Amino acid sequence: MATEFHNLQELHHSASLATKVFIQRDYSEGTICKFQTKFPAELDSRIERALFEITVKTLNDYYAEAEKIGGQSYLEGCLACATAYVIFLCMETRYEKVLKKISKYIQDQNEKIYAPRGLLITDPIERGMRVIEISVFEDRGSSASSSGSSSTSSSSSGR
Amino acid sequence: MKNCEYRQIDPQVLSTPTPPPTQCAEKTPKQVRRKWEVFPGKNRFFCDGRIMIARQSGVLPLTLLLILFTSSLFFIFDCPFLVKHVTSCIPVIGGVLFTFVVISLLQTSFSDPGILPRATPDEAADIEKQIDSSSSSSYRPPPRVREVLINQQVVKLKYCFTCKMFRPPRTSHCSLCDNCVERFDHHCPWVGNCVGRRNYRFFYTFIVSLSFLTAFVLGCVTTHLALQHSTVLNAFCCTALELVVCFFSVWSILGLSGFHTYLVASNLTTNEDIKGSWSGNSGLQSAGNPYSYNSIFTNCCAVLCGPLPPSLIDRRGLLPAEDSPAAAPAPPEIELLGFGAKTDINMVRCAFLLLRMSLIFSPFLSLPATSRNCITVCVSFSHSVSLSL
Repeated sequence: MATEFHNLQELHHSASLATKVFIQRDYSEGTICKFQTKFPAELDSRIERALFEITVKTLNDYYAEAEKIGGQSYLEGCLACATAYVIFLCMETRYEKVLKKISKYIQDQNEKIYAPRGLLITDPIERGMRVIEISVFEDRGSSASSSGSSSTSSSSSGR
Repeated sequence: MKNCEYRQIDPQVLSTPTPPPTQCAEKTPKQVRRKWEVFPGKNRFFCDGRIMIARQSGVLPLTLLLILFTSSLFFIFDCPFLVKHVTSCIPVIGGVLFTFVVISLLQTSFSDPGILPRATPDEAADIEKQIDSSSSSSYRPPPRVREVLINQQVVKLKYCFTCKMFRPPRTSHCSLCDNCVERFDHHCPWVGNCVGRRNYRFFYTFIVSLSFLTAFVLGCVTTHLALQHSTVLNAFCCTALELVVCFFSVWSILGLSGFHTYLVASNLTTNEDIKGSWSGNSGLQSAGNPYSYNSIFTNCCAVLCGPLPPSLIDRRGLLPAEDSPAAAPAPPEIELLGFGAKTDINMVRCAFLLLRMSLIFSPFLSLPATSRNCITVCVSFSHSVSLSL
């Protein structure tokens, strides 16, 4: 079998996107943001299970940190209440800071682990925090779907 | 499997649009559109997407008018007397409360209540595939319902046909705004917006500070009337007007504050309380509610002082260039239709407001009794028409 090198930068116009895998939310602990760590069957031949689980667990830990109810969040909430919540217009909340960390982590994971395997993770904030969308790219030789290139972006715009 | 090696995808390159620069220079410059311009829900946006409000803004203008009008009368007619005869702290306290009320009202009305963006076509297709595949199993739950276990309690997640997704727990679809809202409490006509996860604390601050303000003004006005012996007619009438407005509104506002304090302490929403979601079997809501922390203090802290999640609809985000032309026609038409219907409702409400104001001021205008009776009839009629609209 020939070893084919694929420059996906050239292929992203033509039909290289094969499918998208969606990792759903895990509501067993309530409404906190947590994703299922169940390994999807579609990724079986693409990435090692351990790497996938590390990614999802790290994301879950980040979201738990963002939504943690503790001393710092109480302080932030009380200060905001005392200023009639005007302070939210001026300063970045802890949640937003953690979201930036998450965005950087996903970008890092994409560059180091997922892109070399033909996969791309979309930041859940761009999907309403409902799913982790993983785009699966096929190699050139196989029958690729004729859908257009993925327009997902790992860099989120300002909110 | 073929032995393929993949070069690293550069995520930045994949995200940028791809026509060569020369073609861009020849075409007319593309109009930059923001996501709020193609937002599918029934909301209105101002200041380039920074401010949003429900299309059905209810009686928000009336709420603002009542608060501003009554407070203005208080500061103009009562404060000078009370500063001289009681204490000079009165306008300070009144000013602080008034500021809290107005700011929290505007924040409740103009912020995103926690709207969930609609599912992308790929996501919707994936969910459909899952629904179809699950129907082949032996146990079939009702279609379009997913059961999850939350803190050892079964919770049913319903499928939203508008947003094409299974609603997360505590999320409900508001028919007035046509959006799924997280931790949906209710759609409040007085603030003209849904009350949900992101603006519930603003709403609570608003009703609590409004209760304090109303009670404070009521107390000051009563003191003024009791202490002042010689009165100027107009000043007396304005003070009496404040007394009437505050007296009739303080009970309902205090009641509402008390009700929401109970909801906060039990970590419930108005929606869940009305539907009796957690009181069906046992009759004890705290035992049945899987979201409660079983401590009043923790529930209050979690609801009011918890971290504020960001807006998920990214209304000021830029649209990809290829999406903007396709999405352009639909929203303006809907906006125009909505605006046309809304104009009629607004006109009736304005008429009702004017008639009500003229009725209040009719003694000063020296209107004959027959005119006042006519106005009373017109007010009742327009009120019932505006409520039915």
